[in-house]
Amino acid sequence: MDILRLATAGSVDDGKSTLIGRLLYDTHAAQQDQIEAVGRASRRMGGEDLNLALLTDGLKAEREQGITIDVAYRYFATARRKFIIADTPGHVQYTRNMVTGASTAELAVVLVDARHGMTEQSRRHALICSLLGVPHLVLAVNKMDLVDYDQAAFQRIDEEFTRFSARLRIPDLSVIPISALQGDNVVRRTTRMPWYEGSSLLHHLEQVHVAADQNLIDLRFPVQYVIRPYRDEYHDYRGYAGKIAAGVLRVGDEVIALPSGMTSTVTAIDTPAGEAAEAFAGMSVTVRLADDIDLSRGDVLTRLNNQPRTTQDVDAMLCWMSREELRPGMRVLVKHTTRTVPAVVKQVRYRMDVNTLHRTEADALGFNEIGRVRLRTTQPIMCDDYQRSRATGGFILIEPATKLTLAGGMIRLD
Amino acid sequence: MTNPTLRLSHLLALEAEAVHIMREVVAETENPALLFSGGKDSVVLLHLAKLAFWPARVPFPVVHIDTGHNFPEVLTFRDEYVATVGVRLIVGSVPEAIAAGTVREAPGVESRNSAQTPVLLETVQKHRFDALFGGARRDEEKARAKERVFSVRDEFGQWDPKNQRPELWDLYNGQLQPGGHLRVFPLSNWTETDVWQYIADRDIALPPLYYAHERTVFERDGMLFADNEFLTRRAGEQTRTEKVRFRTVGDMTCTGAVRSTASSNADVLAEIAASRLTERGATRADDRANETAMEDRKREGYF
Ligand SMILES: Nc1nc2c(ncn2[C@@H]2O[C@H](COP(=O)(O)OP(=O)(O)O)[C@@H](O)[C@H]2O)c(=O)[nH]1
Repeated sequence: MDILRLATAGSVDDGKSTLIGRLLYDTHAAQQDQIEAVGRASRRMGGEDLNLALLTDGLKAEREQGITIDVAYRYFATARRKFIIADTPGHVQYTRNMVTGASTAELAVVLVDARHGMTEQSRRHALICSLLGVPHLVLAVNKMDLVDYDQAAFQRIDEEFTRFSARLRIPDLSVIPISALQGDNVVRRTTRMPWYEGSSLLHHLEQVHVAADQNLIDLRFPVQYVIRPYRDEYHDYRGYAGKIAAGVLRVGDEVIALPSGMTSTVTAIDTPAGEAAEAFAGMSVTVRLADDIDLSRGDVLTRLNNQPRTTQDVDAMLCWMSREELRPGMRVLVKHTTRTVPAVVKQVRYRMDVNTLHRTEADALGFNEIGRVRLRTTQPIMCDDYQRSRATGGFILIEPATKLTLAGGMIRLD
Repeated sequence: MTNPTLRLSHLLALEAEAVHIMREVVAETENPALLFSGGKDSVVLLHLAKLAFWPARVPFPVVHIDTGHNFPEVLTFRDEYVATVGVRLIVGSVPEAIAAGTVREAPGVESRNSAQTPVLLETVQKHRFDALFGGARRDEEKARAKERVFSVRDEFGQWDPKNQRPELWDLYNGQLQPGGHLRVFPLSNWTETDVWQYIADRDIALPPLYYAHERTVFERDGMLFADNEFLTRRAGEQTRTEKVRFRTVGDMTCTGAVRSTASSNADVLAEIAASRLTERGATRADDRANETAMEDRKREGYF
């Protein structure tokens, strides 16, 4: 059993809560006490049936204002997979939440209402998924019951979306007609749409092939922490702890440390389960080397013949998440892998209209806007193009005084 | 190796994530500590801390906020486990705070839940901790579903759900303003089932009350409570002996038992799979107070 991390997005009232509620209910992740609480709330609101949308009901503050503030995480499992859903609100003012949810997602489910077809929101959601490098996208055409399960209605949306998404980087797109309310094609295939030959949403989530999405080619090991036990029995132990960001590392490999440029050989890899001959992207390990070289937090172990770019000039797509505008000249901290360095914003190259994909000239980025910027860091970072390696191509910006997280960035190398 | 697809199983992925989070905190903060109650989640947390820094010792102390209403067998387990791991235990004592007058008990309320938070904050201040690991999981409760892995608290320990830092990829922002501290939840993405699968897989020892045993109990509000000196029985509440186990372990005043015959980890996993109640719904009187009980307590600095 492995984990699939997914994000869900949709405009208000497209049925996202109902869909998630149905997934939790039908896979038995929702328990009796939660269902009873939802039953009580449904009756309070004057409903007869169980309102599954209330299973994902959030905070008091949200109910008071009738909005969803933030990303919530939901969990369910089947015999094949454990699923982590980042449930993100849809409004344009929540672009940052969608970006947050998509940053770790391997798959995104974007909902549209079958009656309305594609909207600005669905275009924006698809664009964010492509910018954030989410490899699999599912367009769930919901409320099929309200269009009499009509094939033509579905096909119009399917074609329109497929045409639009051709301009984006979406390696794998599936379009599934569903009714979250009635349960059609959510967990089980329905008989009400015989013209649809694909699988149910859950079946797709269980089967989608994600193993090949990881970068297992470019070895990148950012050192997180140096382990020196200072205990008699491990007197000479010196291990470099970290999570492998990309690639595969084996005992005996020759490696180079950046930025120092010193080389050595891997003598051992310690994992939580003991010593291993090999470790790959996603594993938290401790690496021992044959030589005592200059290597500490923020440095990278990599291969001599396949190195990341070492640079102080960072060109990136940025999603700006602060109320204060981003402007050239601003001083920020860049946290990239395990390295945090001061930087200056050099230039805003353009702002991206998230609905039309058009670029407009800009000299600032406002709250929730996405644009292309250039930064200059005070020290080099060792990075890759985000689309090639998410873990070494992504970074966040931090405000040096308030310490707030200002932005998420995706590096572009030419 | 034995992994031809080079994809981690769910437990290995969760373990790798938790280890990464713990190392990140130790690298970025000055003075972290781990909240350790002897409950299963905190036991798993301390186990992960051992793995994250091996062969070095766990580089931070553990903290227990003792309400004075704990199960004695959990305190025994706590002391033994902490000694085996070789970490320092710091106890923040609610009875001492009450005696000193820094916190007051609400009259007529048996639970010391509300007294826990000020004592926790006092302990944080006294030892100048800038980060506290907690074993809370997002699947436990709807307010926790919105919690960050790195949750920033102000000088009063308050959680502001409307003003959380965005958390992208695995790039955690551990930077703080003066006076604030972090609550860090390495088990955020674990479910109750994941925790038990991990306990079974790694053969992690737990306090005995997690497994079925005979106990004198009485029924209140549909839950079974251990007969104990801190709970005054009300009219009509008869004690009897039942075979039970505890799904969560908190105070004796607010933690209910469930009828059980599960004597091994495998039995417990089978029981959870068949159970139609969430662990907090089945056993926590403190969450039943009202539907936003957890959200309200978290805002005030609870973990
Ligand atoms: N007929 C029909 N109504 C639906 C369907 N899915 C959701 N709804 C209804 O649409 C409304 C909004 O759904 P909700 O899940 O709250 O939308 P959200 O704002 O996207 O979370 C509710 O009244 C739902 O009952 C569907 O498949 N068919």
